Amino acid sequence: MARTDPDAPASTAWRIERAALLRTSLVVATAVAVYGLSFGALAVAAGFSLAQTCAMSLFMFNGASQLAFVGTLGAGGSMLVAVASALLIGARNASYGVRLAPLLGIRGLRRMLAAVVTVDESTALAMANERADDRGRAGRFGFWSAGVAVYLLWNLTTVIGAIAAQHLGDPRALGLDSAVAAGLAALVWPSLRDAATRRAAAVAALVAIALTPVAPAGVPVILAGLVAVAVVVRVDRALPSRSAALPRDAFGTAA
Amino acid sequence: MWGPLGATALGLYLEKLAGYLLPASVLEQASVRRIAALLPIALLAAIVAVQTVGSGRGVALDARIPGLAVAVVLLSRRANFLVTVVGAAATTAIVRHLGWMA
Repeated sequence: MARTDPDAPASTAWRIERAALLRTSLVVATAVAVYGLSFGALAVAAGFSLAQTCAMSLFMFNGASQLAFVGTLGAGGSMLVAVASALLIGARNASYGVRLAPLLGIRGLRRMLAAVVTVDESTALAMANERADDRGRAGRFGFWSAGVAVYLLWNLTTVIGAIAAQHLGDPRALGLDSAVAAGLAALVWPSLRDAATRRAAAVAALVAIALTPVAPAGVPVILAGLVAVAVVVRVDRALPSRSAALPRDAFGTAA
Repeated sequence: MWGPLGATALGLYLEKLAGYLLPASVLEQASVRRIAALLPIALLAAIVAVQTVGSGRGVALDARIPGLAVAVVLLSRRANFLVTVVGAAATTAIVRHLGWMA
């Protein structure tokens, strides 16, 4: 059988593959949508206005960072600490760009747009579909379709969640103060299959609690994260070498 | 609130963009990749802990704990995000409503 020409405008095989990639993107975006609803509601419950809540999803576009930002300020942390927490959590996105740059092969305006939608889901879909025999076409399509689908649904559901929360009553009576922790636990959960990651999470949780009475709000989280990673990286070095884990999909989707 | 919000948005975007501009060798080091993978999880775990028992400048054991416990049970049974969050919030709300814990 002759190999399909990767540059043929729309061969049947490519049409089928493209439809499958779009479907997968929608499934991934639907999972994120649920999270967007929660984020919108929690941000409003934490005292952010509707406009601020929507601006966060539009311009930050990083779920875990947004929840950390809202959680830190909601718990009375200083603004500097809230910004630092969000940026430390978002640092992994830089590693995605390094990974994606050769696949996407773009410059200028398109590269600046690609950076906007460089998140867990788009990276996961790009990497899962990266192949040599189509010169990366499926990987590139997966990146853009997942990135755009997640961006649209994330922002749409943020608005819906935020508006719904404006009509809810006392956040404490509804138990919303444990919803942030539960939501973040759900994000972390898939990564805990890895033993070293589990150790880092446990160390970080314990250090954060221990520091809470003695450090300003938000600071224990940052210190605990740094200490835990330092400890685990050291332990790893003492143990037989293992391959570095790739950044996991922090939205907990199975992409 | 808009100032730190804008600063965070700009910072997060620059982080994303930096990946495309950095030489690949920076992140090819195993230790850098390892830290990039571990740090978000460690930070999120720390936030989970503080959100569950932190109370301003102190620690308080209240109805958030049964809420998180239910979330963990649900997650271990492969519940999805919505079920987990609603289950935790409902547990906390019920425990509080019944007056078992603050």
